[in-house]
Amino acid sequence: MILDSKIPDGPLAEKWTKHKFNVKLVNPANKRKYEVIVVGTGLAGASAAASLAELGYNVKAFCFQDSPRRAHSIAAQGGINAAKNYQNDGDSVYRLFYDTIKGGDYRAREANVYRLAEVSVNIIDQCVAQGVPFAREYGGLLANRSFGGAQVSRTFYARGQTGQQLLLGAYSALSRQVANGKVKLYPRTELMDVVTVDGKARGIITRNLITGAVESHSAHAVLLCTGGYGNVFFLSTNAMGSNVTAAWRAHKKGALMANPCYTQIHPTCIPVSGDHQSKLTLMSESLRNDGRVWVPATVEIAEKLRKGQISPNDIKEEDRDYYLERKYPSFGNLVPRDVASRNAKYVCDEGRGVNETGEAVFLDFRDAIRRDGEDTIRAKYGNLFDMYQQITGDNPYQLPMMIYPAVHYTMGGLWVDYNLMTNIPGLYALGEANFSDHGANRLGASALMQGLADGYFVIPYTIGDYLAQSGYDKIESDHPEFKKSEKEVKDRIAKLLSIKGEKTVDHFHKRLGKIMWDYCGMARTAEGLTKAKAMIKELKKEFWTNVKVLGDNEELNQSLEKAHRVADFIELGELMVDDALHRNESCGGHFREEYQTPEGEALRDDENFAYVAAWKYSGEGQEEELVKEPLIFENVKLTQRSYK
Amino acid sequence: MNLTLKIWRQKNQSDKGGFKEYKVSDISKDMSFLEMLDVLNEQLSDKGEDPVHFDHDCREGICGMCSLHINGKPHGPLQTTTCQLHMRSFNDGETITIEPWRATAFPVMKDLVVDRSSFDRIIQAGGYVSVNTGGVPDANEIPIPKRIADEAFDAATCIGCGACVAACKNASAMLFTSAKISQLAMLPQGQVERKERAEKMIAQMDAEGFGACTNTGACSAECPKGISLTNIARMNREYFSAVVSSENV
Repeated sequence: MILDSKIPDGPLAEKWTKHKFNVKLVNPANKRKYEVIVVGTGLAGASAAASLAELGYNVKAFCFQDSPRRAHSIAAQGGINAAKNYQNDGDSVYRLFYDTIKGGDYRAREANVYRLAEVSVNIIDQCVAQGVPFAREYGGLLANRSFGGAQVSRTFYARGQTGQQLLLGAYSALSRQVANGKVKLYPRTELMDVVTVDGKARGIITRNLITGAVESHSAHAVLLCTGGYGNVFFLSTNAMGSNVTAAWRAHKKGALMANPCYTQIHPTCIPVSGDHQSKLTLMSESLRNDGRVWVPATVEIAEKLRKGQISPNDIKEEDRDYYLERKYPSFGNLVPRDVASRNAKYVCDEGRGVNETGEAVFLDFRDAIRRDGEDTIRAKYGNLFDMYQQITGDNPYQLPMMIYPAVHYTMGGLWVDYNLMTNIPGLYALGEANFSDHGANRLGASALMQGLADGYFVIPYTIGDYLAQSGYDKIESDHPEFKKSEKEVKDRIAKLLSIKGEKTVDHFHKRLGKIMWDYCGMARTAEGLTKAKAMIKELKKEFWTNVKVLGDNEELNQSLEKAHRVADFIELGELMVDDALHRNESCGGHFREEYQTPEGEALRDDENFAYVAAWKYSGEGQEEELVKEPLIFENVKLTQRSYK
Repeated sequence: MNLTLKIWRQKNQSDKGGFKEYKVSDISKDMSFLEMLDVLNEQLSDKGEDPVHFDHDCREGICGMCSLHINGKPHGPLQTTTCQLHMRSFNDGETITIEPWRATAFPVMKDLVVDRSSFDRIIQAGGYVSVNTGGVPDANEIPIPKRIADEAFDAATCIGCGACVAACKNASAMLFTSAKISQLAMLPQGQVERKERAEKMIAQMDAEGFGACTNTGACSAECPKGISLTNIARMNREYFSAVVSSENV
């Protein structure tokens, strides 16, 4: 199998412009003859659904939450990047492109990333026009800040709630199209399968989460905007409902899954407090602009701290190790996420962790408060400080925050070409659900940018190219392929309900999460991954023979919902392990202990691994087939990332 | 901590429903309220009983999906969302009463889960600026005084959880509706449709069966995001100025 990324010819800066001209257009009068299904209503889904409806397509939008406004994009805190160069500090489209390629450790496609940087400027214009209340300067113009890993101030923000404001903007555009009758909304509806007819995606099977009804929806194209799969780790910063089911169902129907092992572990999260923990809370990394990361210089002091014999404020300046500033003098506390996370792990592994579990480091605002005053710090981060105090009971204005890395984002996802189409014609993946733009590590404030770029400014052009060529013949949802898929879904539901085992769904999810965190988390080894694979296989067998799913299908049944999702997470977990095991190098969020520089940095192997690893499902219980898409770098020179 | 939970159980929308009592033990003060309910649900599942259904998603206090009337207050004793409420706010041996939001416009679907799609329909009635994707001016061509931007942001921070409705003796949705109307009325982008928006959103709010406002202020006092009552005053002004000069109604 050969993957065609469909990257246009020509110089990097002209590819997208040329491509937009070369794609086929759908006549305005014909657009109303097409139906498009959009699954997921986060930044990518809501912006795509709204934009396509504005163009005249008939859109059906699905989400599992009670309202499209709940999608987890809403929780993004820090900001959104755009190469506006409003600050006159040397930013440009090329610099944003370069930073993103480098930040992704040279494992993303040049052409996609350049396009992302190019349209980033349009996103800000669009959001402002919608009434998104970005932060402003006293002169009335937009404010920017520098954010995780960037040396220019290109991040636009709305206090610590940027994702909320952007999503509400996209949701308002979506709501307008619902009112216009161009979008039909299906909240509390979950995708159960993707239906293909003659090799093309022609619809989906859903389950109504209130009534349990299994239904078929046909369309001319299907867009999966279903987010990432960080919840495979059980504990993550994702919402409780975030899941891989839509992407995984598509995968089992033939869509390739690319780079599944690239996971972003975010350095600034509130540490785990006990076994009861259901999710982890992120503290925006904008905090690293003013907070200084440190641990005690010696294990002895750390021990005293852990036993509560001393307070962090008692520790003298010379006994504090500001390890990021020490190791990376030019980037300091602003090194990219993977570097910051791994270093936190190192100092804690050395025994210098600062909370009871020994898995936490300090993020200290003492110096910033002395320098700028408490009011300035409150104005910048007030809501985050309040959130921290609410969860931990500590006052971060007086004591340093404690933080530890947590799973946050998955760079891997469904393989897509330059048009955001998977290898199944008519099936698209947008936003975090695809693999395309962040390589092996995503920079801060780039997820919002990508979600909205895909939805507002890429898919409206590229989908037309496909639709114009595929014709608008309608396939009814009682086509045999739909009936077949419906039956498979119903059988699976019946199977889950009939096992009546002894362990709850959460029990299996927690066990899976622990395997993934221990062996496929921040640092991985061939030995650990091999062990993990066997453990997951065993877990899968046990799940399908001993899971307890209560209640019936024909009702609101949250354990059944979760059972579907966890069953898919288990299978995904195994593929992530395969991918991590095969990639004999370290890059970005994928750190194999066997492959590191003498200084402990990720050691890439560009000669053998400068490719996208796309995996093809080969049937129940079979090993998946690896398909490689070589990454060709014509504009940037591959170097060892250095933030020193 | 050991606690007694008095929880509203209702099989579906047509079921009458009623309270049922449960005991949970060894609850840590560091648990969130929803994690405490997770413990109860694991316990119920182990015994083969149907777990208590409740809405929740982000568990970071921002998606607005969690609800729950706890001891007579929406989102419980603190001015925060239920997911951000921690068990350190309760005492050992306490009995905690947990109910769904109560409002005609929020029908109970099961146990503690309610249908808030009426809020979506209010936004669909006009809670937007009618701009299509593309063809908009450069972001810095619309300067906005910082004070106005900040005030608009304060209104825009509403999470649409419905606590305002649940707190109100009239089950009024004025705080929710006024937050969106205010945000867009203050910003230059919202001027063109300003009057029409106020009229349409308020008409939809009434059509959904929400009650009227009698200025008690419970909504704002209970709002986890501290949306100010002044938004309601602004909405009233917007509405009156719209209807006296209306070309639409």
